[in-house]
Amino acid sequence: MSKMTYREAVRAALRKALHDDPRVFLMGEDVGRYGGAFAVSLGLLGEFGPERIRDTPLSESTFVGAGIGAALGGMRPIVEIMTINFSLLALDQILNNAAALRHMSGGQLRVPMVVRVATGGGRQLAAQHSHSLEGWYAHIPGIKVLTPATVADAYGMLLAALGEPDPVFLFEHATLYSLEGDLAEEAGPCDISRGEVRRPGRDLTLITYGGSLGKALLAAEQLAAAGLEAEVIDLRTLRPLDAQTIVQSVRKTHRAVVIDEAWRTGSFAAEVSAQIMENAFDDLDAPVARVCSEEVPMPYAKHLEDAALPQVDEIVAAARELVPRHG
Amino acid sequence: MSVTTMPERPPVTPEHAVFLLREMLRIRRFEEKAAEMYSLGKIHGFLHLYIGEEATGVGSMQAFTPDDAIVATYREHGHALARGMPARVLMAEMYGKVTGCSHGHGGSMHFFDTNRRFYGGYAIVGGGLPIAIGLALADQMQNRQAITACYFGDGAVAEGEFHESLNLAALWKLPVVFLCENNLYAMGTALERHQAQTDISRKAAVYGLSASAVDGMDVLAVEAATREAAASVRGGKGPYLLELRTYRFRAHSMADPDLYRTKEEIAEWKKRDPIVLFQNRLRESGMLTDEIVARIEAEVGDEIGQAVQFAEESPREPVEDLLKEVGGQNRS
Ligand SMILES: Cc1ncc(C[n+]2csc(CCOP(=O)(O)OP(=O)(O)O)c2C)c(N)n1
Ligand SMILES: [Mg+2]
Repeated sequence: MSKMTYREAVRAALRKALHDDPRVFLMGEDVGRYGGAFAVSLGLLGEFGPERIRDTPLSESTFVGAGIGAALGGMRPIVEIMTINFSLLALDQILNNAAALRHMSGGQLRVPMVVRVATGGGRQLAAQHSHSLEGWYAHIPGIKVLTPATVADAYGMLLAALGEPDPVFLFEHATLYSLEGDLAEEAGPCDISRGEVRRPGRDLTLITYGGSLGKALLAAEQLAAAGLEAEVIDLRTLRPLDAQTIVQSVRKTHRAVVIDEAWRTGSFAAEVSAQIMENAFDDLDAPVARVCSEEVPMPYAKHLEDAALPQVDEIVAAARELVPRHG
Repeated sequence: MSVTTMPERPPVTPEHAVFLLREMLRIRRFEEKAAEMYSLGKIHGFLHLYIGEEATGVGSMQAFTPDDAIVATYREHGHALARGMPARVLMAEMYGKVTGCSHGHGGSMHFFDTNRRFYGGYAIVGGGLPIAIGLALADQMQNRQAITACYFGDGAVAEGEFHESLNLAALWKLPVVFLCENNLYAMGTALERHQAQTDISRKAAVYGLSASAVDGMDVLAVEAATREAAASVRGGKGPYLLELRTYRFRAHSMADPDLYRTKEEIAEWKKRDPIVLFQNRLRESGMLTDEIVARIEAEVGDEIGQAVQFAEESPREPVEDLLKEVGGQNRS
C-alpha cells in the first residue's frame, strides 16, 4: 500500500503503460514540456522523450482524429484533452469517427484509443472551463465512458482502458487531482464493468460518480448522525451502465437520490432515475430525487458557483425529504 | 506554387495505357449502373457520382503501393475500384447486403477494406484528414515505409480540419500525400464563392508543404504528378499537397437538381471528358483499336453485370446482428 494523490496515480498508470507497451504514447496540448495543464504528465517527457510524450498544437479536432488514425494504424494512443469544454471542438471526430467506425465498416475497423479529459467545476473558472458534460458522451454508443473517483480507480481504470479494443473516455474531475488515497502495491487494471458500493446502508441510496462522490459520502456521514443509514453507490462507468448494482441497492433501501454535477435537464441523473423507474418501480417508497447543478452557465464568483453546484447540505436535505419521519 | 502540366507527354507502355483506360471505364460503367439501380429503387440514401473525375482517382492511385493507406470521402466509388476492391462488394454494399464491403452498414458513402488499407469513405467534409494524419503518424512511429494518401474535395479546404491537418503534417513531417480533387464546386457553391484565395496549392505552401497542381482530366499527367508527390514524401521531404483540377459531370448527388451552373459550362467541360481524351490520344499514337475498346467494354460490362447479380442474390444481415459490431460493450 502506498499513499499518493489522484494526479500521481494517473501519472503512475501512464508511466507503467508507456513502459510496458511500446505502442502506447501520450498526445495533447502541453503534455510534454509544460508537464500537463494539471501536472499529470510532469516528468514523463524526460523519461520517454518527445515522440511518446507528444505536444500538439491547439487543434483538438485534428489531434483526436490523429489518435483515431494512429489507433487504426496499430498504436495505442492516449489523448489528453485539457478541459471538457474544449473537447467540444473534437466532438465530430469522437461521434462521427471514433464511435462509428467499427460498426460503419462492418466490424473491420477497431479504434483502441484512450482519451483523458478533465471535467467539472468548483475552481472558480467560470462558464468556459467548468462544466460536466460527460453525460453527453455517455449518450454515444460505440465508446466507453469512465469516471474514476478514487486514487485506486484513477490508476486501475486507465490501465483497464488501455486493454479495451474500442475507444474509452476517462473523465477526471479536476478537483480530484490533489485527493490523497491508497494504492495497493500489486494494483493493476481494475474491473470497469461494475459500479461500487462505497458505503453500505439500509435506509436510502445515494447514487453518484466522479467529483460528487466525496460530497455524497460526507452527506451520508451527516445523515448517519441523524440516524439515517445511506448506501452510497459510485457508478464508476457511465457507459455501459451497471444498472444491476443500482437496482439491487434500491430494492433494499426503497429510496434513491441521484447526485450529478451536470445540469438537471437531460442529465445522466435522469438516465439513472429512468433505470430505477424501469427496473425497480414497485420497490420504490418515494419518487427518485435528483441533486444537480443549477441551470446556469457556471458563474465565477465563489458564492454563486457554490450556489450553482450540488452541495452536501442539499444532498442531506433531499435525502431527509424522502424519509417521512425525517422530513 | 508550381503548376505541373506535363511539358511532354509522359511515356507510357501500351499495356499500362490500356490498363488505365480500363480502370476509368470500370468506374464510369459502374456508376452509370449504380445510377440506374438508384432510379429503380434498388439503391437508396445518398449517391454521389464521380463521373467526369475518373482520371484523378485512377491516375493518382497508381502511385501508391499495397502497403500505403488510403483515406477517401463519400464520393469514393472510383477510389475503391481503383484500389482494387471488387465491384461486387461495392454494389452489394449499396444494396445494403451483408456481403457488402461494410456489411451494408455504410452504403455508398462508407466503403471500407482493411485488407487493402482502404480506410474508408468519410461523409463529414474534412473529417478524413485527421484520420490520415494518425495513420501516417502510426507508420512513422513504427518505422514503416508506408505513406498515406488522403483524398478530399475543394469544399473541405474551408474546414478547420484542413488547416489543422496541413499544419500538423508539416510540423511532424508526416508521410501524407494530400490529394485535393478540385471540381470547382462544394455542392452548389462555386470555389470562388467559398474561398477568398482560390489557389489551393498556395494555401498548402504557406503551411510548409510541397505543393503543386495538375490537370485532373489528363490521366497520365495525374499519374506522373502523383508519382512525383509520392516520391517526394517517400524521400522524407515531408507531406505534399497535390491539387487535381477536375469537374463533375453529374449533379452533386442524385437528389441535386443542378440549378447552380449552366448547361454551357457543363458542356464545355464535357469536351474534356478524361476517358474520351485518353482514348483519342491512344488512338492517335496507335495504341488503341476499336477491337481493344470493344473487348474492354465487354469485360467491364461482364464484371458489372456480375456485380449486380451478386448484389441481388446476396442475403441481408440478420436483424439479430444489429448491435453486434457496436464498440464499447461489456465483453462477457
Ligand atoms: C461538415 C459537413 N458539412 C456539410 C456537409 C454537406 N455536404 C456534403 S458534400 C458537400 C460539398 C463538399 O464539396 P467538396 O469537398 O468540394 O467535395 P465534392 O462533393 O465536390 O466531391 C457538402 C456541403 C457535410 N457532409 N459535412
Ligand atoms: Mg468539390
